[in-house]
Amino acid sequence: MAKITFIQPDGTSQIVDGTVGQTVMEVAKLANVPGIEAECGGACACATCHVYVAEGWRDKTGAPAEMEEDMLDFAFDVREESRLSCQIKVTEDLDGLIVQVPAKQF
Amino acid sequence: MDLPRNVPPGEPIETDVVIIGAGPVGLFAVFELGLLDIKCHLIDILDKIGGQCAELYPEKPIYDIPGLPVVTGQELTDRLLEQVKPFNPTFHLNERVDELARQADGRFLLKTDIGREFVCKVVVIGAGGGSFTPKRPPLEGIEAYEGASVHYSVRRMEDFRGKDVLIVGGGDSALDWTLSLQPIANSLTLLHRRDDFRAAPHSVEKMRELVASGQMRLMIGQMTSMDGCEGKLEGVTVKTKEGEERISINAVLPFFGLTMKLGPIANWGLNLEENLIPVDTEKFETSEPGIFAIGDINTYPGKLKLILSGFHEAALMAQQAHRYIYPGKKLLFQYTTSSSNLQKKLGVK
Repeated sequence: MAKITFIQPDGTSQIVDGTVGQTVMEVAKLANVPGIEAECGGACACATCHVYVAEGWRDKTGAPAEMEEDMLDFAFDVREESRLSCQIKVTEDLDGLIVQVPAKQF
Repeated sequence: MDLPRNVPPGEPIETDVVIIGAGPVGLFAVFELGLLDIKCHLIDILDKIGGQCAELYPEKPIYDIPGLPVVTGQELTDRLLEQVKPFNPTFHLNERVDELARQADGRFLLKTDIGREFVCKVVVIGAGGGSFTPKRPPLEGIEAYEGASVHYSVRRMEDFRGKDVLIVGGGDSALDWTLSLQPIANSLTLLHRRDDFRAAPHSVEKMRELVASGQMRLMIGQMTSMDGCEGKLEGVTVKTKEGEERISINAVLPFFGLTMKLGPIANWGLNLEENLIPVDTEKFETSEPGIFAIGDINTYPGKLKLILSGFHEAALMAQQAHRYIYPGKKLLFQYTTSSSNLQKKLGVK
C-alpha cells in the first residue's frame, strides 16, 4: 500500500491508496481523480495522464524512458518534473508520493 | 480490393451498409455481413485502415485476441484485411461523416465533410473513441485564430507564401512542413519543447543546416499565449529557458498529435450516455432502428471495451441487418467449416 496525493490546479488535494504494482494513472482512475484522462488506457500512446512530480520525489519516480519522453512531446506545458502517470509503477518506496495534475491535458 | 479509394464526390453512392470507422471491429463487421451477402462501404477519418490499432499502437503487442497469443496492432489490421478480402469492401479514408438522416423511403442518407453522399439501408457505427482530431493547444483565445491563422494541416502551401510562419512540434509532420514551407515563407520558426526530435534524422539534419545558415530559426520552448485582432494573429509568446519572448507571427501550425472526440455523432439524434451509444445486447442496435453501434463506441450493462467483444457484437448485428436488407428472406444459420455456400463466398471452394 502506498498513499499518493494528487494536487489539482486550484490547490485542492486528494489522498488515494495505491497498491504496489498498479500505475499512478490506474490509482487516479480508480479514485476518479479529475484531470487524469488516460485516453489510450495506459499504452503510453496519448499523453493525457500527464502529471508533475513534486519536489523531493523525482529521484524515487525516476526519469522518463525514451518512449515516454517522445510521448511527452504531445503534452502541454511540459516541465522538468513532467511524467506520464501510466509509466510510474507504485512501489513501497513511493508511499507518500505527491503529484500535481496540470491545468489542461490538451 | 478497392483500397484506399478516393473518388471525387458525385452522385450519392448506394450500398447495403455504411460502416463508420475502419478499425478492427468495423473490418470484422464486413466479414460477418459479407457472409450474409451484404455489401459494405467503410468511411474513416484517418488516412489509414485499422483505427486505434494502426494509429495509436501499430507496433504494440496485443495478447487477448482469441487464437492469436500475440499480435501487434498493425498485424491484426493486416490479418483482418486479408480475411475481408473476398467481400471486396470499399474504403473512403480521410473522410468524416458529418450528417446522418433517414430519408422518406426509409433508407439513410449520409454526408461526409468533403460532400460525398451515401444512401444505405443500414448504418453501423464502429467509431471507437470517436473521430481522431488534431490536438488544440490549450491557449486562451486560440479558437478565434483557427481557420485564418492557426492551421492543423496544410491544405494549400500557397496560403503560407510570404507569411511569418511558426511550426510547433518535433515529429515528421513538423519537420517535413518546416522544410517545405521555409522556401516560400517570409520567415520560418520551428518551436519544440526539447532539442531532440522524433522526426527522421535526415530531415532534422536539413533543418539544422537551414538554422546554421540563418535561413530559419529554431526555438526550444513552449507557446504561452497568442495575440492579434479580429481573428488575425500578430504574435506568439514563447517561453524558453532564457525567459519569455514575443515573436511576430501570422501563421501557426501546431503538431501535437491526435485526440479522439465524439464529433458529429452527437448531432444525429441518437440517445447518448457519457459520449457512448447505448445499445441492446441482442442486436446491438441504437435507439434508431437500422442504426447499429459496435465496439468501443457502444455501452450496455457489463460492456467491456475489448476487441473480442466488438467481434461478437458485429456477428449479432449482422443477423438483424440481414432482416432489414432482405426482408422476408429466411436466414439459415451456417458454419464456415461445413457450409459449401459460405465457403464459395469466401473463395475457398
